[in-house]
Amino acid sequence: MSALDFSTKIGSKRFSNPIFTASGCASSGQELSQFFPLSSLGAVVTKSIMTKPRTGRATPRMAETPSGMLNSIGLQGPGIDTFLEKDIPWLIEQQAKIIISIAGETVDEYGVLARRLRALSGISAVEVNISCPNVENRGQVFACHPDTAVAVIESVRRNIGGELPIIAKLSPDVTDIVEIAGAVINAGVDGLALINTLLGMVIDTNSMRPKLAGKTGGLSGPAIRPVAVRAIYQVHQAFPNTPIVGMGGVASGQDAFELILAGASAVSVGTATFGNPNAAMQIKEELSQLLTKNGLNDFRDAIGFAHRGI
Amino acid sequence: MIPLKINKNATQINAEVISNKKVGPYHHMVFAVADMAAHSRPGNFVAISVGGSQSALILRRAFAIYRAIDKGPMGGSIELVVAPHGEGSKWLCARNIGEFVDLIGPLGTAFGIPTTNANTMLIGGGYGSAPLFALAELLKNRGCRVDMVLGASTANKIYAPLEGKRSVSSLTLTTDDGTAGIHGQISEAIPRLIREFGTEVIYSCGPMGMLSAIAKIADEFDLAHQCAVEEAMACGIGVCMTCVVPIKHEDGIKMVRTCIDGPVMDGSEIIWDRKTVLDAL
Repeated sequence: MSALDFSTKIGSKRFSNPIFTASGCASSGQELSQFFPLSSLGAVVTKSIMTKPRTGRATPRMAETPSGMLNSIGLQGPGIDTFLEKDIPWLIEQQAKIIISIAGETVDEYGVLARRLRALSGISAVEVNISCPNVENRGQVFACHPDTAVAVIESVRRNIGGELPIIAKLSPDVTDIVEIAGAVINAGVDGLALINTLLGMVIDTNSMRPKLAGKTGGLSGPAIRPVAVRAIYQVHQAFPNTPIVGMGGVASGQDAFELILAGASAVSVGTATFGNPNAAMQIKEELSQLLTKNGLNDFRDAIGFAHRGI
Repeated sequence: MIPLKINKNATQINAEVISNKKVGPYHHMVFAVADMAAHSRPGNFVAISVGGSQSALILRRAFAIYRAIDKGPMGGSIELVVAPHGEGSKWLCARNIGEFVDLIGPLGTAFGIPTTNANTMLIGGGYGSAPLFALAELLKNRGCRVDMVLGASTANKIYAPLEGKRSVSSLTLTTDDGTAGIHGQISEAIPRLIREFGTEVIYSCGPMGMLSAIAKIADEFDLAHQCAVEEAMACGIGVCMTCVVPIKHEDGIKMVRTCIDGPVMDGSEIIWDRKTVLDAL
């Protein structure tokens, strides 16, 4: 039996294995490094960074739901200056593969952020988060409309230059995710990240008020996995040549395998890390065993397998 | 109080339940944790998976360490006081001796200890008293005077085990309904007790409302005040950013994680007034 080739590609960049963290679920990596070496991940996807330091929302920011949770953080972060000065050099020192996630309030802010990454060495891709649900109004969820999604991607493309792969992170809260995916692919993205959280709400029946200070929040965890599988399947069917970083409630190797069969070239582990800091490592191990068990010695043969005729 | 390396000393283990006793409305539980006990300090907490592998409860539950014993008959052990009021804590309280739970610890900051002898007051609300007994022992061994004040809504909700009382110079109880000790809210009794005992340092643990009231008193008396705060946590290890509290910062306000920069924090740094926070955001 030949050894498993676990590597995967997004645009021009190769990753040693397909298990990534999900943006916003691993902070900037330091917290998890006590539990496993970050270099054993396919990539660390950092928490979406904005131009300026950001306080985020008031508490409560979290509500547990059946097999899931709502979060309403509001993109708290140190801002791009501190991030590039402190977090990135530390990650490079750990020999981690790095995908930087960026978020902006305006199309211009994305351009400013992309310009800051232009000459940066040691990073493998940029994730353009155009789908954070925890913003002041739905108009800021650029991924809800093809025109605004394209405007952001064009701004990033113009400013970033070079070969750095651009990954657009899309929202499942749209009528037709294939249409949005097609628009950003035409605008030149190298990959897609599917899916961001779904907008949700919990009302506390004791206080009779919304449980979160921000009223609404993003739903994540195993509860949304079938939505992720559906979105990945639909988009891979329409655009089989565009790599997808799949995410949404992956908590086991079997869950990751499901997203890969639907069409994901890599899988990000998010909420599962909150329940288990070693989740990504366990998922990586379980997935490699599942691939071998199914006679898939090249990981890439598993991508989109569910689409193939019998 | 900010640690040099985040989650330093934390490990994830399968810990055996070696004791589970009902004490009033609470459960006193003991877990075999080997080396973890030696690294645990008063104020630290553990995060435990609840509900079993197929559970719809996907997040860990955080519990302050009541006591850590480095070398006991079962090796290192950690003791918790658990109030079974949610799905997760009820599941934990239903574990039998010999069962294993997935436990991460020790996590978070510990109580700071005065470098010289000081008159200390330890204030606990409800089962918030749990981490204060190990702290009392540590302070007493350093030569500090330790006055403990425990309050709850009613008498049987005060957690004050016999062995915990050994280390205190005085123990004062308060209940909202007057069923034990001084009748009234715990914070109402504090100013008089501070004057009586000549308190120099306050340690507190309990509901946020109580901590807020004590922070105000500590400020009026110009006393150092370390409090162990309680915010809803999703991860307990610093990655989710949900368990934040607002602290004073040169730019107005900063949200810090209570799992990493807490749970033990300087009470004077926290912005307790919710309206001030909402106006600043």
